[in-house]
Amino acid sequence: MQQPNKLSPFFENLNFERDDNTMVINFGPQHPSAHGQLRLVLELNGEQVVKAYPDIGYLHRGIEKMAENMTYNEFLPTTDRLDYIASTANNYAYALAVERLIGLEVPRRAKVIRTMLLEINRLLSHLFFIATHALDVGAMSVFLYAFREREFGMDLMEDYCGARLTHSAVRIGGVPLDIPDGWLTALKEWCDKVDYELENTYNALLEKNRIWKMRLENVGVLSPEDALSWGCTGPMLRGSGIAYDIRKEEPYELYDELDFDIPVADTNDSYGRYRLYMAEMKESTKILRQLIDKYGETEPQLMAHAPQYISAPKEQIMTQNYALMQHFVLVTQGMRPPKGEVYAPTESPKGELGFYIKSEGEPYAYRLKCRAPSFFHTGLLQELLIGTYLPDVVTIIGSTNIVFGEVDR
Amino acid sequence: MAQHQVNYASAGGLPIALTTIDHLVNWGRSNSLWPLTYGLACCAIEMMATGASRYDFDRFGTIFRASPRQADVMILAGTLSKKHAEFARRLYDQMTEPKWVISMGSCANTGGMFNTYATVQGVDRIVPVDIYLPGCAPRPETLQYALMMLQKKIRRESANMNKNKKQNLRLI
Amino acid sequence: MRKYVPKDNVQKKAYYTDRFHVVPSVPTQDVSTDEIFAKQLDILSSKVEIKSAYIQIGQMRVEINHQDNYRAIEILKNECGYEMLSEMSAVDYLAKDGTFEIFYQLLNLKERKRVRVVCRIEQGLAIESVVPLYKSANFSEREMFDMFGIVVNNHPFLKRILMPDDWEGHPLLKTYPLQGDEFASWYEVDKIFGKDAREVIGPENRDPARIDRYDTKRFSRVGREVPFGADISGGEPETPIEYSSTLLVDYNASQTQLKNRK
Repeated sequence: MQQPNKLSPFFENLNFERDDNTMVINFGPQHPSAHGQLRLVLELNGEQVVKAYPDIGYLHRGIEKMAENMTYNEFLPTTDRLDYIASTANNYAYALAVERLIGLEVPRRAKVIRTMLLEINRLLSHLFFIATHALDVGAMSVFLYAFREREFGMDLMEDYCGARLTHSAVRIGGVPLDIPDGWLTALKEWCDKVDYELENTYNALLEKNRIWKMRLENVGVLSPEDALSWGCTGPMLRGSGIAYDIRKEEPYELYDELDFDIPVADTNDSYGRYRLYMAEMKESTKILRQLIDKYGETEPQLMAHAPQYISAPKEQIMTQNYALMQHFVLVTQGMRPPKGEVYAPTESPKGELGFYIKSEGEPYAYRLKCRAPSFFHTGLLQELLIGTYLPDVVTIIGSTNIVFGEVDR
Repeated sequence: MAQHQVNYASAGGLPIALTTIDHLVNWGRSNSLWPLTYGLACCAIEMMATGASRYDFDRFGTIFRASPRQADVMILAGTLSKKHAEFARRLYDQMTEPKWVISMGSCANTGGMFNTYATVQGVDRIVPVDIYLPGCAPRPETLQYALMMLQKKIRRESANMNKNKKQNLRLI
Repeated sequence: MRKYVPKDNVQKKAYYTDRFHVVPSVPTQDVSTDEIFAKQLDILSSKVEIKSAYIQIGQMRVEINHQDNYRAIEILKNECGYEMLSEMSAVDYLAKDGTFEIFYQLLNLKERKRVRVVCRIEQGLAIESVVPLYKSANFSEREMFDMFGIVVNNHPFLKRILMPDDWEGHPLLKTYPLQGDEFASWYEVDKIFGKDAREVIGPENRDPARIDRYDTKRFSRVGREVPFGADISGGEPETPIEYSSTLLVDYNASQTQLKNRK
């Protein structure tokens, strides 16, 4: 073995001549189709994978440790960086956990806006999935088209909260801003555009494409039993024929009032999951159209009224002494939720995203655990990849739709 | 400052001829900067957006390469964790000279909001950085501007990389 | 005067707590208020010893002995329909009573119920793996081992998962500081350049507010560039920059770093 201090490369994982005639190759951590910093150590027999060992932690940033050293409101922007493709879904999951802990009811307009933002983020994330999955499999043009639609969605998010990627658009107790003028019209136009492009661009390019079908059909077959045992959620679970969507089964926000379907694929393979993503995007635009109608019926209140935990609206802080004092205490010391623990599951675009918070009545969480769907989907790779061929590895990683911000946290 | 004063009498007026070659070589280098697809975290998504249809990085002659051996620029886009630092340096060493590094985003610049045990506090501890790009995450326009600044920098450099080496490599 | 920081818990504390502040608790309900949970608890209590059980925020929390963890989860899986282990990890209570609290978050997809099985384990003891029941525990238990150092018996591949293999310490322990210990702060330098390079590279700057006015090696202003590495202080003596004393950062370290660089 070489000295670990030397800068010259040393190939500790490459061992070509072995007794059992298998070859070990190192996939990542810098690999264009590894969706981030995934390192896979694959043992190959010819081109067939005999053993797969996903090595993660290359993006470990200590977010759970940070949560123990930050007040509840301080930590919220950090959740953006978990699943950075759909930031608002993380903000929301965290805000929901804290709200359940302190027993807060959010005003109706905030609920409408939150649900809208969640669905926009689902669309953004799914468009990104289609783009990168197609790029990994070799369809460059789909990447360019999907990013075009995604940019319009990013513009919508930017108009609402000012940020393209790391939104922090949901706060504990509501949302900080009302919808700007003309935003709903733009949203409606975007929905129409996405629907149109889904049918006429992505479906036309991929659905019956021979190469696409050859690369995806019967690749990455995941049985329902394995999906449950490996803790798969979201499209991975529904792609294996189990219709469990937290939006429907354990509804939060406005999802119990909305009319939408849960698409399920029972082919268990990557192609089924791809079609599932496409169907989910259609459902999301359907939900968004319903929400646009619901928005007009609501009162203009945006943040919940709970002076012990939530600062008063800006006008009150500027005009009323007590509100200003309360705001000062909340900013300098942070809110102190009651003693107890909560686990709040939500359906993020990737699956079940939940925050477990253990509070000891302090302004800092005693323990915060982020249940990230991608973490479990990465664990699944060590079994799903066995027996597949090397080109299919890329398809399967693309199809699991993992994001390393939330795998490693 | 008068640091660039040249003694034209020595070496047969060689500096004049070299400047022209410098211009030619740097023109070529600066207009075909091929970055390495080195997405680390959130900024990688913005880097992809820069390369995609709306912002269209290709018009700068910038085409993302998957292999460090074909790349000139390393865009360190995102948080560099301590576990990954070794690989970042190894990839940097694998790139052929001349090479430049853009540190994209607050995490890569200074560690950013992740002031924790697992994050490298600034990639300049590992590799020499040419352009620091602020923002969390920087917009695609910012990355384009950073690339234009890098082009500007390259055009002013000497084409002979040995001359620049002393400045670029702080360590070893 | 130096601020007192308890050694067994170095995490951030509230700097002020009102003398009359009474910590309220999240309301809990009795298990008998929910039919399905009550039935499941009956099945469970007939086989293993239950220390406490209640419903909090719609989910049942059952505390058991740590020796029974496999048995209890097996019953919940096979007889109560909890088909998925959605999450498991630990909470560090070493400072309080020398134990870890390990929780298993289970999900019943048919009845849409979630239950949290909790057990306390002393430091140094090992817990039985639940990988034979749920494969998702494979990664979770490795993460728990990595973050807390809790050994899991009969785990197929118990190895560090998020931190590098040669890492020292378990980051999520309350005794581990947020910004890492001595080993962590030099990890990448030691690994890449060797220990000799520590002096060349210098310590990490952990102070987000530090400004180096005479730095001509890293940052420059567009249109006002100066030669690389030139001394631009103009003979002006360095005025020490003062910061608020409430931040717990070792400023002397950054000052010496500044001097070293000069």
